[in-house]
Amino acid sequence: MIRLTRRYRFSASHRLHSAELSEEANAHLYGKCNNPFGHGHDYQLEVTVGGPVDHNTGQVVNPATLDALVTQYVLQDVSNRNLNEEVAEFVSRVPTSENLMAVIEERLRGGWKSVFPGEWPFLDRIRLHETKKNTFEWHA
Amino acid sequence: MFITRRVDFSASHVCSQPLLSEAENRTLYGPAANPKGHGHNYVLEVTLDGEPDPLTGMVFDVKRLKDVLNEAVVEPMDHRFLNREVRPFDRVVPTPENVAVEIWNRLEPYFRGAKVRLHNVRLFETEDLYVDYGGDAA
Repeated sequence: MIRLTRRYRFSASHRLHSAELSEEANAHLYGKCNNPFGHGHDYQLEVTVGGPVDHNTGQVVNPATLDALVTQYVLQDVSNRNLNEEVAEFVSRVPTSENLMAVIEERLRGGWKSVFPGEWPFLDRIRLHETKKNTFEWHA
Repeated sequence: MFITRRVDFSASHVCSQPLLSEAENRTLYGPAANPKGHGHNYVLEVTLDGEPDPLTGMVFDVKRLKDVLNEAVVEPMDHRFLNREVRPFDRVVPTPENVAVEIWNRLEPYFRGAKVRLHNVRLFETEDLYVDYGGDAA
């Protein structure tokens, strides 16, 4: 078993605000991130796949195929976007990095079998760096 | 406890299979199939697993680890054309996966019988692409 990780970068804006809470409670809970006009980050997304090394190609995955999957299902919809206003999932969900990673996971899993129909490679890990200081991680 | 030591080396390679045409190799490996080769600043992180020795307070002497990494990896691979100068890449495609497995195979014997175990080899081909290998290639 070997794991291969690709790092992608995208910039997006968001506002952390819950419709379930009052203005005051939102301001208290999310602090600066509740700014009504929003703010943005240069996100870094790491996608890790696992599997055996193919004897012929020497690869666990073709990086270009993985790039195409991540671009189609994630990057093209979030890169240089306002997450709250332009990404369907965040009409009803607060675009915290936890929720953003869950959406990325759902989207990658949704497209996975169309690109990788076999047992390998599998989606092993997702890491989302919101800033250099905040990292969120999901494991299969 | 895990300890990790990082080293880097620069090398050139070509990703292609001799039984495929140049066009087929281009389709499979992209620009990495250029027959003349290209290069990377590889960064290698080697992680050992063990417990600190009660006397020395160390899991493994990192000076010794540095020497091992130099002898097993940096000396033979740094500033080399992997396909032409480093075995087994005369017959094995030097993808990052295969280079990581080869580095594991070269390092693992150094730690046999020691109180530490080679735990993981992480090889960055670029900042945006790395592989992890912990044995058992399958």
